[in-house]
Amino acid sequence: MGRKLLLEHANVPGIESFEVYRKNGGYRSVEKALKTMSPQNVVEEVQASGLRGRGGAGFPTGMKWSFLAKPEGVPRYLLCNADESEPGTFKDRYLMEKIPHLLIEGMIVSSYALGCNQSYIYIRGEYMWVLEIVEKAIAEAYANGFLGKNILGSGYDLDLAICPGGGAYICGEETALIESLEGKRGNPRIKPPFPAVKGLWGCPTVVNNVESIAAVVPIVNDGGAEYAKIGIGKSTGTKLISACGNLVKPGVYEIELGLSVEEFIYSDEWCGGIANGKKIKACVPGGSSVPILPANLITKTAEGTDRLMTYESLAEGGFATGSMLGSGGFIVFDEDQCIVRNTWNFARFYAHESCGQCSPCREGTGWMEKVLRRLEYGQGHMHDIDLLAEINKKIEGNTICPLGDAAAWPVAAAIRHFREEFEWHVTHPDEAVKRNFGIASNHMPLV
Amino acid sequence: MVKVIIDDIEVEVEPGTTILNAARQIGGDVVPPAMCYYSKLQGSGGKCRTCLVEVAAGSAADPRPMPKLVASCSTPVMDGMVVKNKTSERVYDNRAAVTEFLLINHPLDCPICDQAGECHLQDLGFEHGKEGTRYEEKRRTFDPIDIGDKIKLHMNRCILCYRCVYTANQLTDQRVHGVMHRGDHAEISTYIEKAIDNDFSGNVIDVCPVGALTDKTFRFKSRVWFLKPMEASCECTKCAGKAVVWMFGDEIYRVTGRKDKYGEIEDIDGKTAWICNECRFDKKDKTKWTIEGPRVINRHSVISQNQYLVDERLETKKLTGK
Repeated sequence: MGRKLLLEHANVPGIESFEVYRKNGGYRSVEKALKTMSPQNVVEEVQASGLRGRGGAGFPTGMKWSFLAKPEGVPRYLLCNADESEPGTFKDRYLMEKIPHLLIEGMIVSSYALGCNQSYIYIRGEYMWVLEIVEKAIAEAYANGFLGKNILGSGYDLDLAICPGGGAYICGEETALIESLEGKRGNPRIKPPFPAVKGLWGCPTVVNNVESIAAVVPIVNDGGAEYAKIGIGKSTGTKLISACGNLVKPGVYEIELGLSVEEFIYSDEWCGGIANGKKIKACVPGGSSVPILPANLITKTAEGTDRLMTYESLAEGGFATGSMLGSGGFIVFDEDQCIVRNTWNFARFYAHESCGQCSPCREGTGWMEKVLRRLEYGQGHMHDIDLLAEINKKIEGNTICPLGDAAAWPVAAAIRHFREEFEWHVTHPDEAVKRNFGIASNHMPLV
Repeated sequence: MVKVIIDDIEVEVEPGTTILNAARQIGGDVVPPAMCYYSKLQGSGGKCRTCLVEVAAGSAADPRPMPKLVASCSTPVMDGMVVKNKTSERVYDNRAAVTEFLLINHPLDCPICDQAGECHLQDLGFEHGKEGTRYEEKRRTFDPIDIGDKIKLHMNRCILCYRCVYTANQLTDQRVHGVMHRGDHAEISTYIEKAIDNDFSGNVIDVCPVGALTDKTFRFKSRVWFLKPMEASCECTKCAGKAVVWMFGDEIYRVTGRKDKYGEIEDIDGKTAWICNECRFDKKDKTKWTIEGPRVINRHSVISQNQYLVDERLETKKLTGK
């Protein structure tokens, strides 16, 4: 079993309360950072750790922090992005539900490092019960002097507030999150200026994922160099993976980056293989917006080397034969699942969640969804498949924010790897409507 | 001043100018089309993606090309930047795609649309559109609604450029007008129907690049190209009173602001000459206006027909020597 840095105490009874968390070594990093380290030291430790943003893009957190503009007399803000809405990703929810104090501890240390006196946690609107848990934890932290004025007598003040979202996927995009937090419609902003220069209320702002912020705690506790020892190459540390789909043991796992994909799927220690003794058909390794991988490319790369759970190894082969680690939403499909239906499902999600601001994404996602629905219900034509490929090429890269890319990639990859299945839907319209879906059909019976 | 090369033409502009505005200083067909950017409205632009251009060299200091096409209306120029607009096939390819996206849900009811002839989407479709459509699905539809007693909203025709939203925010004293819903089911709307009622709300008609917002006092009266545009002014306590009256014989059919070739209201004495609702909707009597002379309409579209023409291509020729 690999080392656990974040979820080590997740199953201790009562860990969501301050006392139990503190007894299990909680808030050590706050004491260490505020009493013995300068903010710059903390930033350096995070840079040394090689921690990469856990929200999906994998941008080095330390570098992001170093870009933060620091003009005199202007407040700076740290925002925690807990608007986790990517289909297949539910790691932040688990972390906040189980050990909310870890997030708060990370927020205190990170805010201290960035010199913020007011920080916010933006929680997805659908996570109302999580919001209550985190709110309770914040109140406890205030009561015990870890938040508020003059924390631990160090002279550092920090206020932490929660903002619930209205239930929009797009508000997970950092500038849309800022707009939403300001009380406006959650439309992504046009960049530049980047949030590090002009973010919340025109002030320099850093937006980090829940897991990235939580990972700052072990980095400060043990040192960045120690954290960097875990993992391979530029993928350091541990990562929460939310595994779902046709697995024997789906759930949230904390893995050391560098674990092989084969071991992760088939070992009893982790997911325990494919449910009901079926064969694997495809896998989406990083949440719905990353390209899907066919069975032959999941555990091995195109060159025949073992695929590992790292940012680099999963991306090996580019988009032609690779994918991305993304946010760690590991979705596995068994042989009974229909790729066309699944792709349609993803496309439907993006068409629903596109903010409607820029035309390629607004019109393109809706168009793809409609074409895919026709294909799925046996009313497609052969030229629709090429049309889909054409549409997503024109959305990709032409939009304001990455939602357009995220909508285009899964469709492009599905056509690239499973073209025969799309063609089968065109040539066998009747069977396409009648066939068995396995468990995926339960929530949505055929019309 | 920074130097920037757009389609092999060098131009010197103020630092911080956007690529689009730099191109407009050159003029002619170097200028990318802009459906959502409106220089008089703060924060507009970046949305329609028709103005995408290729940056072949980022700046003199960092001459790497930019990997993606950039929106020229919101990207500031750098010294030594090399931009390709009409000389780039990639730009034309993607612009054609954006045009297709804008048109898939558009009803193409130009024959009965009041905007026809001066519609920017028509121009764009003429230049970059395809002959047929590949869209086989049902178009999204909305019912036309009245916003205020003088303005009609045809959401079907809307391309969601957000110009009217910015106008409503920046020109009128209370915000009653915005975008509801998301994605391709997003719509321009007022919170309560008929709520728009203030002196400058009529300007949303002038900024609309398509026929989504039309003047109810002019609806179905005449095609715009049959009318004589005349520059006219009047004494008005609310606005500058500088407008264009569109006449047929001695009758005034409609009143609009003085729009330049990009469809933007002109600056007069350093101030954007927005006109008030009274001038726009109520002064249809010739005696209330002082007619100053004919208005030159110079746009690459039907409305320029039978007008005084200035051939811009000749001017570009002078600059490039080609």
